[in-house]
Amino acid sequence: MSDLETFRRETRAWLEANCPPEMRRPMTSESDTYWGGRNAKFSSEPQRVWFERMRDKGWTVPDWPKEYGGGGLDRAEHKVLREEMAAMGARAPLSSFGIWMLGPALLKYGNEAQKKEHLPKIAAGLIRWCQGYSEPNAGSDLASLQTRAESDGDDYVINGQKIWTSYANYADWIFCLVRTDPAAKKHDGISFILFDMASKGVSTKPILLISGYSPFCETFFDNVRVPKSHVVGTVNRGWDVAKYLLQHERAMISGTGERGIGRPLGQVAADSVGSDDSGRLDDAMLRGQIAMFDIDEAAFAAVAERAIDLAKAGQSHPAFSSAMKYYGTELNKRRHEILMSAGGIDALEWESDRSKGGARPRAWLRTKANSIEGGTSEVMLGIVAKRILDLPGA
Amino acid sequence: MPLVLTEEQSMLRDSARGLITDKAPVSHLRQLRDSKDEMGFSRDLWKAFAEMGFSGLLVPENFGGSGLGYVEAGVVMEEIGRTLMPSPFLSTAVLAVSALSRGGSEAQKSAHLPKIADGSRLAALAIDEGTKHRPLQINLQAVRSGNGFKLSGAKALVVDGHTADLLIVAGRTGGAAGDRNGLTLFLVDPKAKGVAIERTVMVDAHNAARIEFSNVEVDADHVLGEVDQGYQLLDGVLNIGRGAVASEMVGLSEEVFGRTVTYLKERKQFGKLIGEFQALQHRAAQLYVDIEITRSAVLKALQTLDGDFDHAGAAIAVAKARAGTTAALAVQEGVQMHGGMGMTDQFDIGFFMKRARVCQELFGDSNYHADQLARMKSY
Ligand SMILES: Cc1cc2nc3c(=O)[nH]c(=O)nc-3n(C[C@H](O)[C@H](O)[C@H](O)COP(=O)(O)OP(=O)(O)OC[C@H]3O[C@@H](n4cnc5c(N)ncnc54)[C@H](O)[C@@H]3O)c2cc1C
Repeated sequence: MSDLETFRRETRAWLEANCPPEMRRPMTSESDTYWGGRNAKFSSEPQRVWFERMRDKGWTVPDWPKEYGGGGLDRAEHKVLREEMAAMGARAPLSSFGIWMLGPALLKYGNEAQKKEHLPKIAAGLIRWCQGYSEPNAGSDLASLQTRAESDGDDYVINGQKIWTSYANYADWIFCLVRTDPAAKKHDGISFILFDMASKGVSTKPILLISGYSPFCETFFDNVRVPKSHVVGTVNRGWDVAKYLLQHERAMISGTGERGIGRPLGQVAADSVGSDDSGRLDDAMLRGQIAMFDIDEAAFAAVAERAIDLAKAGQSHPAFSSAMKYYGTELNKRRHEILMSAGGIDALEWESDRSKGGARPRAWLRTKANSIEGGTSEVMLGIVAKRILDLPGA
Repeated sequence: MPLVLTEEQSMLRDSARGLITDKAPVSHLRQLRDSKDEMGFSRDLWKAFAEMGFSGLLVPENFGGSGLGYVEAGVVMEEIGRTLMPSPFLSTAVLAVSALSRGGSEAQKSAHLPKIADGSRLAALAIDEGTKHRPLQINLQAVRSGNGFKLSGAKALVVDGHTADLLIVAGRTGGAAGDRNGLTLFLVDPKAKGVAIERTVMVDAHNAARIEFSNVEVDADHVLGEVDQGYQLLDGVLNIGRGAVASEMVGLSEEVFGRTVTYLKERKQFGKLIGEFQALQHRAAQLYVDIEITRSAVLKALQTLDGDFDHAGAAIAVAKARAGTTAALAVQEGVQMHGGMGMTDQFDIGFFMKRARVCQELFGDSNYHADQLARMKSY
């Protein structure tokens, strides 16, 4: 038996023994997600147990080096772990912008002191991070951001406003893009900086979403003092860090949703719509839509697998995450349109117990942001056109 | 298995591409079409194919072939898709070889496989009868007679039917249209009494035929596999064919797309390259993503055929359905973005559009495979 097969067997056995049954069911509400942080609370005992067991194995970040709190798995082992978790429907033990976005950027651009300081805390879920990129006048055109960081001795003094900062009101620290050289061309005067949200001069104001939740905020900085040592990478070269981080953000968002976990769509639909005598879903058009969706989803799973294999073989294009982000998010929106259609009248309830507080319509509405957050579908297509296809124009 | 080609597979691709682009660019098909060539493909080229081992690619080594897998067959099909080279590769080297090596007796294998491998024998698979691909609806009657059977009925869209030296015919020895049981495959000599072959000149200028069988006598030892139990064998062979045609469509889609992107970078209107218009950029980018996803799904399906043949049905349905919709989009966008040029016969794009339509229909279109997938998933 190969080492990898042994690893698979042991991993499966460990997961079987350690993942509580409650953590193998599809999530139904936002509180099913554990985000960590200074003020974190577990919503249930199984959620706590699962998180702590995974943390102790380094499997909140299975592929990070052990010295930074990771599991030290190589790519093949990491893939095995993901597959085994997916096979049993195991939830992620910890959700975190630190894991998905900041961590990879620190691993590549951070200095040793920054890695030692931040990575283990991310792995252990001690600090919750938020992302300070967008501003009222800098969304798709992110590099036109105006938040200023002015040099004052060993510190920067930061002034300005961010918007759409997800969970800023719950976050402990922020990774933030600021303008350190207003005279330079727009991409050349930006720095990537980290600071504590409890710093004097930071305030947040939640924004209500169409889903009825308010997961994001306007964030204001009023003379916030931040040590210069908190800049990641080179001063004024923050755009490189920002772009690298966006690749990871996009890859993460492309896999959004409970895809592959839980009951197949066709059966969810059959539960509510019913089947005809020959066992076919009793709504021919819906059945067709679901079948076409299943085809596209299976094909997308194949390209996701291939993207990893291509990267491993050194054959992938750095902008490919934009292609994945575009398609994965459009697919997720389609999935939720189908779920709403399959749910029919029942899926319209917003506040009943029966509907678990309107879980389905709220999830449906939330997915509409997938093709906006982290860069819109239009922007992704623009990147593919210019960087991969090399089409002309600015 | 990683979803990328191995080094050996990449080398195979390069040698196939070298030969095909050199000897059979699209102008080769055009020339065959315009001269109303009787065979509809080049014998010399098939000989060259055989010399490079392509005709025997799937033939087991002990029968004179190279014993390679379905991924490798897909690699060659993809290159064929790039130039639309007409050749008996699909009908003979993929379908017939698969049917013979999966279902044939030792005697049948040694009678046919070495000849196919050396390029001297061509074969064709005769399945469909109605307007759409419905293998369970096969209704050609095979009635017991003496020591063998008598076949009566008609087949349509028999790929390479008019050039074949051997026909593999699916008929009904029992049951009724729609039944799984009662299907049987036969090896039939196209020159046998009662076989009438009409070459159908098709939209894509590739070879196909309608074939009528009236009381054609077939010996018992020309049954391929078991009497009444032919469906499973046929289904396996069809899945191989579907994977192969899906690969052809990937090659075809990529080629059309490549030509289209090149055009976007050359053609000027309103004082700009048309590739600067965002409306076109986004459509090109969408198509790129579509093709990448399809390429992955097809490779996945072929790897599953090689690794876990009996459970490849769902992956094949996904691949064939995806490849069909992607190819249709690729050729439509190809014509549209070439403007008036795209509509001219003088330009090659139309050839791709026509071939894509045929590939869609072969062995089940996207709707057929979506329906199959839904059945497999019980909804
Ligand atoms: C749920 C959610 C969570 C988010 N979380 C965060 C966060 O944590 N931190 C953070 O910093 N930001 C966050 N964002 C912000 C997000 O990154 C921006 O909303 C996004 O980049 C789009 O910017 P915008 O909203 O200003 O839209 P705009 O840029 O104003 O775009 C409006 C429309 O114009 C189109 N458009 C713009 N430019 C082009 C172009 N060049 N070509 C074609 N079409 C174009 C867009 O595609 C869109 O359709 C979040 C957004 C959402 C919805």
